[in-house]
Amino acid sequence: MSTTTLPDSLTRRVPGGDAGIIIATLAATYLAYVLIGIGLGYSLRGQLNTIAVLTFYIGVFAMLALALNLHWGYTGLFNIGIVGFMAVGIYVMALVSKPVYQAGGASQVGGLGLPVIIGIIAGMIAASLLGLLIALPALRLRADYLAIVTIAMSEIVRFSFLSGQLQQFNLAGRRVGFGGGSGLILDYTDPLESFFSFFGLWDAYLGLIETFGIIIPNNPKPVVDGLVYGVVLLSFVGLYFWLLKRTGESPFGRVLKAIREDEEAASSLGKDTNGFKIKAFMLGCALMGLAGILWFMRSGAVTPNTFRPRITFFVWIALIIGGAGSNTGSVLGGAIFAALLYQGPRYLKNLLDTVLPSASSPSSFGPAIAPLISNLDITPLLFYTIDNIRQLQLVFMGVVLIWLMHNRPEGLLGHRTETASPITLSAPIAQTVASESRSTTADADTDPDPDATEDIAPDGGSNSTTDSNNGGINSNE
Amino acid sequence: MGVSTQMSDVERGSQSEQSLSSDLSIDTDGTDIDTATTHPLVVENLQKSFGGITAVDNASFEVEAGTLTGLIGPNGAGKSTTFNLITGTLTPDSGTVRFNDEDITGATPHDVANRGLVRTFQIARELEEMTVLENMMLAPKRQRGEALWRSVVPGFRSDVAEQETELLDRVWDVIEFFEIDHIADEYAGNLSGGQRKLLELARALLTDPDMLLLDEPFAGVNPSLERRLLEHIHELREQGYTFLLVEHDMDLIMENCEHVIVLHQGRVLTEGSPDEVRGDEDVIEAYLGGTV
Repeated sequence: MSTTTLPDSLTRRVPGGDAGIIIATLAATYLAYVLIGIGLGYSLRGQLNTIAVLTFYIGVFAMLALALNLHWGYTGLFNIGIVGFMAVGIYVMALVSKPVYQAGGASQVGGLGLPVIIGIIAGMIAASLLGLLIALPALRLRADYLAIVTIAMSEIVRFSFLSGQLQQFNLAGRRVGFGGGSGLILDYTDPLESFFSFFGLWDAYLGLIETFGIIIPNNPKPVVDGLVYGVVLLSFVGLYFWLLKRTGESPFGRVLKAIREDEEAASSLGKDTNGFKIKAFMLGCALMGLAGILWFMRSGAVTPNTFRPRITFFVWIALIIGGAGSNTGSVLGGAIFAALLYQGPRYLKNLLDTVLPSASSPSSFGPAIAPLISNLDITPLLFYTIDNIRQLQLVFMGVVLIWLMHNRPEGLLGHRTETASPITLSAPIAQTVASESRSTTADADTDPDPDATEDIAPDGGSNSTTDSNNGGINSNE
Repeated sequence: MGVSTQMSDVERGSQSEQSLSSDLSIDTDGTDIDTATTHPLVVENLQKSFGGITAVDNASFEVEAGTLTGLIGPNGAGKSTTFNLITGTLTPDSGTVRFNDEDITGATPHDVANRGLVRTFQIARELEEMTVLENMMLAPKRQRGEALWRSVVPGFRSDVAEQETELLDRVWDVIEFFEIDHIADEYAGNLSGGQRKLLELARALLTDPDMLLLDEPFAGVNPSLERRLLEHIHELREQGYTFLLVEHDMDLIMENCEHVIVLHQGRVLTEGSPDEVRGDEDVIEAYLGGTV
């Protein structure tokens, strides 16, 4: 065992470090999507739309995985109620930002008519307060009990928004509500428009759309909106990453890690572990609320049944792929999950539909399998499979999870050294000490990847320390 | 808490940092930790039952400042339960625990630790997926960066980084004192049993305690590391730290402690100097299994 794990050496080899890995992965993903699109003759509009949708899902899953990483990866809080915090975020945001009720409007209920930004802040605060409400009793429980409480909460939230009681009520003399099972129309001004208007850039934005009219003559606005919103989401991913990296690489993050490893040990060192857990939990919940808002705020309407636990498990899969405990891994996991497991199968199906427009797939499993048995004709089964790819998606996810659990349970970048300190933690005089102990224990080098160590040796002092550690340990045992 | 009080906390912290690092330069001019009393830890009539079993039964004892006091007893005598009652892991049914003239009965573990009474565990509680350095950096009190906002908000983080650099110097002194500098970047989970015990003691020391409670610090430690640990403990005791040691090994306690408390069936059977205890008929009976 060594502190230079495979992900470490990989990270160091990619130019640009963490940002380099993320950018390279995103670039490869987009390239693959574009190439497949070109190869199959997608129109430019189709290509741009595909990219916009892909970016959207990469953005939301990366944000959610980052927020979950704060809970699970850093603090060891087993939160499987993510979707509940998302729902509270978007619903409270809608309540605050929807225009005031007017008789005869499309919407059955109104809102408080406040600006979208206030709605977003209110949604985040509501999500974090819900987190506090759960945390106070539940964080005293062991990890698995917190899991039960959170998933129950997320279902309670969904049923609350479904209930007739909350469908419509009066708040400060205004007719407001959550719309119940029939959903809530998000009839505020398009947040993109509010955003650009706020900076006085709305006209410039419309100009940009007109310019796009040159390459997409027919109604370019939805395409441009989608692309620009994708960029907005990616900026939010950057913001989340920055925030959580600073949170993790600090004495605060160090206490969180200690709680994850052994809460009793942390409290025996004088750390108020419950206080730290509540803060971390609330921060993560607020970020999940914000991710929920960003996911659904431009969707026109929301219904409670969107917020089923499956979204929670999607986020967990993303985090597990990326590697719990690593922020970079969370972003990667979100991106890979969105590109390959979430959007990939749908994209594949759309493509095949385009390529083989004439193919009619059997309507049920019987007719699909019969030709295979009677005259070894596999085509109907193939079409049937492709046609049902959205259902099969969950099977793919399960297979990927099982494979990961067997072969790489720590995910792509798990067990990676992301030191919990704002400064580089190494000995003030490490070089001399390291080289001494190295020479006395040269025979005990058990580094699993000596090549990697050599590759990176020229660029820093800390490597020599790392290398010698193996020897040190063995000699002492 | 206002900013001004926090600043003074930090200043106090850095003062004690200096005093510790001068301690660690092995400056044996005796007790420079000046406790208000000569008996920092006073336990009175401590009682704790689990179901029908009385684990600790009316135990009372005191620990004198600057001593290495041993707490011994056969299996099931209530040693670990007593420890847990003192450090707040368990709440006593009745009785009081006083530390530095303050009542700490039923206080939370982190509160007890913050008052300067710090424990280690029978099975070393190293934080496996943190490096030795991270483990050590965790321990110091009054870290500015433990406030989330200060670690995150731009402009304040440089303060945090500055304190981290100071802490790292102090931590490194302790690491060198315990001679674990060659494994500083290693994950704690990769250490040997003895190294874990060293790490735990070193980490406890960094919380700047007045008194250390060590729960079987020598269990599973090879003889040479045991000697090293003992040397460190004696050295620290000479610097003025107070130790209460739970140990199974009678000989070890008899050779190293000034004062020995014998627990038996949750009660203090006897206490005194090692020689006094060694000659006590009751102790012999309890250990060699006379009529129990």
